[in-house]
Amino acid sequence: MPVLARHVERAGIPTVVVTMMPAVAEWLLAPRIVGVEFPFGHTFGMPGDDAVHRRVLATAVELLAGADHAGTRVDLDIEWPQSRGEAYKSWQPAEPSPIVKLMLERRSGDR
Amino acid sequence: MPVDSYAFLPRSFRALYENPPRLEGEDDAVWAPFEGPLADATIALLSSAGLYLEATQPSFDVDRERAEPGWGDPSWRAIPRSTAQGECDMAHLHVNPTDTLADHEVSLPLRALDGLVADGVVGASAPTHYSVMGYQQAGLADWRSTTAAEIIARLRDEHVDALVLAPT
Repeated sequence: MPVLARHVERAGIPTVVVTMMPAVAEWLLAPRIVGVEFPFGHTFGMPGDDAVHRRVLATAVELLAGADHAGTRVDLDIEWPQSRGEAYKSWQPAEPSPIVKLMLERRSGDR
Repeated sequence: MPVDSYAFLPRSFRALYENPPRLEGEDDAVWAPFEGPLADATIALLSSAGLYLEATQPSFDVDRERAEPGWGDPSWRAIPRSTAQGECDMAHLHVNPTDTLADHEVSLPLRALDGLVADGVVGASAPTHYSVMGYQQAGLADWRSTTAAEIIARLRDEHVDALVLAPT
């Protein structure tokens, strides 16, 4: 996604990336970054949590307007409303993605 | 406190994501200044959740991804700003879709953007918002050459001032 942001930015349209992995977006030189410590698949928060959706999006658009240099990063301090273990399990798909399945097969084949 | 980028990632996957190689030509800063004010700006959203309009658009190609695990569908879908809850289905094999299907705002916050417009924070929600399927490995060349170019053309056609990208 930082790659796509950079393409759009290079075309003259400002971008901001809202991400659970701000360190990766920063490394890949996304121009503006909002970090959220949310489980994957939940970029703007829990279902029905309109206040958090709005807060995350408002932070992103305000960063568009307020950032003055490439690589500006703002991390939101919002605690996820599930235990770490519960969230860790709930974001993952019912079956491993094809690439993860392949990696697991290769790993077990190495043993 | 800084966000822990790996808080929800299986520990054994961390090395795959940490400091990935930068693509050729992607190792310098890029910057397009935002021409404010925000209260006059037209904003578009882009999600990589693999959302598509169930009634009128094809799914992303998850069958090919199952057959070729290194490949991800590089195509994109236009999601109109008027899209209502329940109109989207989701094709993404890397995350549990339950919560985004229950509330599309989790990945593509069209209502939240409408709220910011209504309150005068933002000028307008773009007529079109964007959905891609974020897992891109072997399809990355198509993503760069075609998907990005098409999305940029649409953003320009609709005079969008800025884009909020939300990886899933």
